[in-house]
Amino acid sequence: MALPKHASPLEKIWHYCYLVICGLIFLFLIAPILIVIPLSFNAEPYFTFTEKMLSFDPTGYSMRWYDLLLTFGMQAPDVPRDGSWWSDAWQNAAWVQAAKNSVIIGFFSTILATVLGTLAALGLSRPEMPYRRAIMAILISPMIVPIIIVATGMFFFYSQVGLANTYIGIIMAHATLGIPFVIITVTATLVGFDHSLTRAAANLGATPTTTFFKIIMPLILPGVISGALFAFVTSFDEVVVVLFVADFDQQTIPRQMWNGIREQISPAILSVATILVIVSIALLTTVELLRRRSDRLRGISQS
Amino acid sequence: MADATMGSAPVSDAPERLTTVDGKPLKAALMAAEAKARRRAFFLVLPLLAFVLVTFVAPIGQMLHRSVHNPGFTEHTDLSDGTQTEIMVNLRAWFDANPPGTEPDEAAYAALTADFVVLRELRAQGAVGTRINYEAPGTRSLFTKTARRAERLEAPFKEAILDVDEDWADPKLWQVMRDASSAYTINFYLAAVDLEKNETGEIVSVNENRQVYVLLFQRTLILSLLITFLTFMLGFPIAHLLATLPLKYSNILMIFVLLPFWTSLLVRTTSWIVLLQSQGVVNDTLVASGLVADESRIQMIYNQTGTIVAMTHILLPFMVLPLYSVMRPINPSYVRAARSLGATSWTAFRRIYFPQTVPGIGAGALLVFILAVGYYITPALVGGSDGQLISNLIAFHMTRSLNWSLAAALAALLLFGVLILYWLYDRLVGIDNLKLG
Repeated sequence: MALPKHASPLEKIWHYCYLVICGLIFLFLIAPILIVIPLSFNAEPYFTFTEKMLSFDPTGYSMRWYDLLLTFGMQAPDVPRDGSWWSDAWQNAAWVQAAKNSVIIGFFSTILATVLGTLAALGLSRPEMPYRRAIMAILISPMIVPIIIVATGMFFFYSQVGLANTYIGIIMAHATLGIPFVIITVTATLVGFDHSLTRAAANLGATPTTTFFKIIMPLILPGVISGALFAFVTSFDEVVVVLFVADFDQQTIPRQMWNGIREQISPAILSVATILVIVSIALLTTVELLRRRSDRLRGISQS
Repeated sequence: MADATMGSAPVSDAPERLTTVDGKPLKAALMAAEAKARRRAFFLVLPLLAFVLVTFVAPIGQMLHRSVHNPGFTEHTDLSDGTQTEIMVNLRAWFDANPPGTEPDEAAYAALTADFVVLRELRAQGAVGTRINYEAPGTRSLFTKTARRAERLEAPFKEAILDVDEDWADPKLWQVMRDASSAYTINFYLAAVDLEKNETGEIVSVNENRQVYVLLFQRTLILSLLITFLTFMLGFPIAHLLATLPLKYSNILMIFVLLPFWTSLLVRTTSWIVLLQSQGVVNDTLVASGLVADESRIQMIYNQTGTIVAMTHILLPFMVLPLYSVMRPINPSYVRAARSLGATSWTAFRRIYFPQTVPGIGAGALLVFILAVGYYITPALVGGSDGQLISNLIAFHMTRSLNWSLAAALAALLLFGVLILYWLYDRLVGIDNLKLG
């Protein structure tokens, strides 16, 4: 947004004020996320920059909180770090267990949400779909309905049908919460999808299955993967439903963080937060690259 | 679409009616093909629809049922084998035979005694007492105490029971028991809006010092409006900047909006705790710069301020993204035309640019408001006591006070509000237009 040459002095002042205001708002958006990264290397159990950290004294920084993530919950954290130490960490460390649970639940709920969601999005984007608007509204609603209501409903329902405290229950719940994201991203990819391609495939003798895997799937794949990543993040970040329907020993990373923040907040939380921020940067990059690829495939050029 | 039912009609054979090659009327064949396409589309959606109905709609429906149905006074379920037994049979019969407001007579007390003997055998007096306690606080011990002596009570029962505790004469208690003797009740909804039934069954507001729910609904509403307004104030300038910059710069700046969007909610809440707590980064900076004395550090977290700041930050991307997608296609030549016709830059913005952004403002504001009204995690972690929202109270009744029917009634009211807003969003914006990044 370049300032025109004929701008009055007042307009010039306002223009620079406006840029400063925008800069401050961007700072407000990003600073809270980046601030945890240096603080997680704090050598002291504080949540603020110590004088040593500010003067970049190496002794002010340490990896002790990352170390704690591994050792917390281990049976023998103090023995020399050989193979058995690592296998102990893999099997007993609380955060490692939580990470394993989170990944298992996230993986299966993502698969479930993506498969069902993609099929439904294909149906929903057909012009002849009956009751399209109403069905779409129902399928998107898990994103809109307050999470506490979802968790309350599932708590009653699951304890009645015997799904409470099971992995299947949590996976189903998380899949439900991830579905709206899959539907939104996949239908967005299907907007402007050239249906003459499928007709051409049929015309050339392809069965509907072949057409799906050879023609439709490669074109919508970027959208499907973005949707899957959204669904995974939703599951990976979900704590309320887990608190309500999971068993006590079914800890996940968000649940462990939730407990940590509620009870005794320690810089170990910040090191988890840092790892999660790095994961989200990686995910964001992937989704952005996929979006560009999808635009390119569909012939929408980036000007 | 692939099936070739629609051939061209042979004109010479049937000039007045068009048919397909196999002789079917063209109209019927077309309708059949359309119906087939509709069915095919529907069958693609069906698995997901069934899944969502089972895992999402059914649980919420059941919860809504629970908000009007509490069998705590009519049925006892054995936790070990799940058998259900009718309880309070005699007293309920007496209630049915006598109109509301009848002074409990000897027969009523005899019925009560007989029921207590059953309760004692089932060990259900605690559960029944809890059910009555929801609506007449402080009466649970009455039930456990009376049940302990139930077998030793002798006629005349009225005196015997009043002898155990004279609180049994309280007409309010009898009104509550009469109400609870039907499993279906709207009393939990009344309680959720600070109303109750008095001795004669009229609906009145509860004692002022027990009025909490309406206040909390109001606070939720006000805070959500405030947060929506704040996200608008912060979101509008940056959305405008992103929309007017060339794409190669705006794509980079967009990361500042999308990264928070992708970062875990708990991480963002933790960051705000780190920044705002009294020994945190902001306070330390203020103290170091001499703006604030060391002993008067500002309390910015674990109160309403904490909730507002953290939620504004978390919901800001939901405002910026719809605004951006509306602002991007706005043609800058309109504003230029206005300027060349003599409008000042402020007039051009107010009369030409701003009206074109209104759909984006509407979409963003509605979305932020809908999400804010039901927010739970952030207020629970940084809200302290005065930053709690209605969701937190639902969680409290679910996990602490265990008054599940009241929790369900509060949840139903919240759900009702959210669904109206959702319907509005669909009408005004259309859920198809929901965009993520």
